[in-house]
Amino acid sequence: MSGPVLSIRGLGVRLPRNADRSHALRDVSLDIQPNEILCVVGESGSGKSMTASAVMRLLPANVAIDAGQVLFGGEDLVQASEARMRALRGAGIAMVFQEPMTALNPLRTVGDQIAEMFRIHTRMDAAAISARTLGLLEEVRIPDPRLALRAYPHELSGGQRQRAMIAMALALDPKLLIADEPTTALDVTTQAQILALIKDLQRRKGTAVLFITHDFGVVAEIADRVAVMQHGLVVEQGPASEVLHAPQHDYTRALIAAVPAIGAPAPRPVSDTNILQMRGVEKTYRTGGFLGRHARVTHAVRGVTLDLPKGATLGIVGESGSGKSTLARCIVRLVEPERGVITLDGTDLLKLRRREMRQAARRVQMVFQDPFASLNPRRRAGELVAQGPMVHGVPRAEAMRRAKELFALVGLDPAATDRFPHEFSGGQRQRIGLARALALEPEVLVADEPVSALDVSVQAQVLRLLQDLRVRLGLSLVFITHDLRVAAQVCDLVAVMKDGEVVEHGPVAEVFRAPRHAYTRALLDSVPGRHFAGAAPA
Amino acid sequence: MRVLALAGRRLAASLPTLVLILAGMFLLLQLAPGDTVDALLGQMGGGGDAALAAELRRYYGLDLSVPAQLANYFWRLVRLDLGFSAIYGKPVATVILERLPTTLLLMSAALSFAFFVGLVLGVLAARRVNGWTDTLISTLGLVFYATPSFWFGLMAIVLFSVHLAWLPAGGFEEIGAGYTGLRRVLDIAAHLVLPTLTLGLIFLAIYLRIMRASMLEVLTLDFVRTARAKGLDETRVLTRHVLRNAMLPMVTLIGLQAGTMLGGSVVVESVFSLPGLGRLAYEAVVQRDLNTLLGIVFISALLVIVVNFLVDLVYARLDPRIGAGR
Repeated sequence: MSGPVLSIRGLGVRLPRNADRSHALRDVSLDIQPNEILCVVGESGSGKSMTASAVMRLLPANVAIDAGQVLFGGEDLVQASEARMRALRGAGIAMVFQEPMTALNPLRTVGDQIAEMFRIHTRMDAAAISARTLGLLEEVRIPDPRLALRAYPHELSGGQRQRAMIAMALALDPKLLIADEPTTALDVTTQAQILALIKDLQRRKGTAVLFITHDFGVVAEIADRVAVMQHGLVVEQGPASEVLHAPQHDYTRALIAAVPAIGAPAPRPVSDTNILQMRGVEKTYRTGGFLGRHARVTHAVRGVTLDLPKGATLGIVGESGSGKSTLARCIVRLVEPERGVITLDGTDLLKLRRREMRQAARRVQMVFQDPFASLNPRRRAGELVAQGPMVHGVPRAEAMRRAKELFALVGLDPAATDRFPHEFSGGQRQRIGLARALALEPEVLVADEPVSALDVSVQAQVLRLLQDLRVRLGLSLVFITHDLRVAAQVCDLVAVMKDGEVVEHGPVAEVFRAPRHAYTRALLDSVPGRHFAGAAPA
Repeated sequence: MRVLALAGRRLAASLPTLVLILAGMFLLLQLAPGDTVDALLGQMGGGGDAALAAELRRYYGLDLSVPAQLANYFWRLVRLDLGFSAIYGKPVATVILERLPTTLLLMSAALSFAFFVGLVLGVLAARRVNGWTDTLISTLGLVFYATPSFWFGLMAIVLFSVHLAWLPAGGFEEIGAGYTGLRRVLDIAAHLVLPTLTLGLIFLAIYLRIMRASMLEVLTLDFVRTARAKGLDETRVLTRHVLRNAMLPMVTLIGLQAGTMLGGSVVVESVFSLPGLGRLAYEAVVQRDLNTLLGIVFISALLVIVVNFLVDLVYARLDPRIGAGR
């Protein structure tokens, strides 16, 4: 084997003057050997994606490389001309991005976009190009490649789109593949397939892969070597086994400790009385169809029967489209189920009329997934929290005073009630969301993917806060998540949903240790790096 | 197939729209004091002969109840009969058909001018965002948008027709010159340059702004980064990936503006004394020529619906996500 495919030496990337730090990257040095997968791990803002952009020389307009070298096959890309870079992009270094939804042009067919690679970098004729394109789609094992060739991106599923992206990236047999969080937006079973595909293709073609991720599970699954980044610095790098099992740097250790183990902690005793009962809840969506033609019926929730004991946490896990979010919305009656009974402490919520439901709404509150989109950007954080009680007749001054108390309760500075949502970080915003839900002193809290958008260390903090609040305020929780590790950590009971149905439910330790349903087993097998867990559960 | 199904659905949906517009218009006009007969008598010298008025009303069917008149009107429309204009002494269809080509020509010329120049300027401005080109183009756009079109028209006449004597000041063609063939086409074109520019400039400013904003938005999307990562140069990124996506809002705007443009043509046709539909509408209002006015409304509504229908088809052709059953 000759030298490294890519060698980054002392790379520095300067940020614009008004940024929160002077450099996005400082003195970053990495080597990637042929036929090797190097995982770059870090939390948001660590500079891991910036490293990929710097290698491709696709940095944002006012961000520039100000130090170091990027040697690709001995050639310094920092000094290369723009024309030389264009020739290298795609052909020598190819890239796969995070969002398969948006990374493809929605107005052109998948085949056309893959063929474009050949059209710009080679002189092949049209027939040869279309044959090669079809071959590529077969290689990435897309179902029905001929159809996929002529399909538009919106006609493919997320996993299929990501396969098409990989086909496109590997079209010209690049020496280096940069994969920027390629599986983060995918379901866990799809993620497992895509990871296997990348690994398989990489082994067969001998491509070097720079794999960027925030997920230590994925690292454990795929990496040969690992580099850990924090605040634009590489704090630790080495072979995967060493970094994962004997981390040297404090930050690496903290990150790994924050990864929840998939085995559940010892079960807590749960109460015999159920605060929330669901019996045969059904919700169907009908789309399209003028006068009943072409109408499509989606059974989002099908006959779900579940109980939430007082003071317990019921986890609802499943992949996208399994109906878990719809069920959450049914509980707070954001959507109206067609059939079934949902009783809260003896009251049938679905029988209530509009006004009665508004009164009952304070007893069941919801926390949403996206801490960026679920807070009105034009209102102050304190007002957002106080709004609920004010609607229910609490005087403004009293509600604002309560908001300050709640801020303290969720671990925010009470003085911060005057600030606007954009002035808070993701984790802090999720705390505001929690404070907003708690302002009405609910008995049941429905949390829909409350930590999915957060970095792993922040995620651990928010989960601890949730646990702590549940105990202190005597809350009962319905916790919706796609992440089995998180479910294992916080839930007492768990229900696995697939296609609108609960396929298996029971105490979390039992379900995860001895899954009875095939789908539960498939889910558990798909968790990346499932045997890997942080040394000490936090 | 997908496009055809969409076309059928859109066409079916536009029929009720047409009926609603016509019925609403008819009823509104009933609220206005005076009718054709009053206007006619006024023109004849304002004689107060009640018997003659009653006779005329019976002749034009104006003595019936309002619902009956409305029903009559719709029944005639179904047979494509727009009625008789008492003022012009001709069938309304003839009056309108005489005026329609002028307006259609003016509208399509102004629309194409605004669309294509707006597109090009918008792309230029977006490529050099916040540079001097961008500032110049955006300022110019604002000036066009803020200036009333009649003022533009008058100033253009003063400059190009009076001082420079390059272009005719008004009219559709040189009357009595008896040009034929290509010579006539050139003559009409020369007459339409100033009206087209006047009508188009305001719309140009809107297209320019929309195109610039839309380009800037599309340029931030992920697939543009993908295109760059494939090794495409900026020009190809623009032409192959950005342009078509950025044009979608522009196409929507054409449909929305077809109606506004008909309204705008009233002013421009008056300034340049063009014998078009806009001026006819104005005259019909002044003269209480109910039949002509309703005929114009019918034709305009039809025109706007047809334009919107075509826009929908173009849109479905441009964007494969439309009508995909979702």
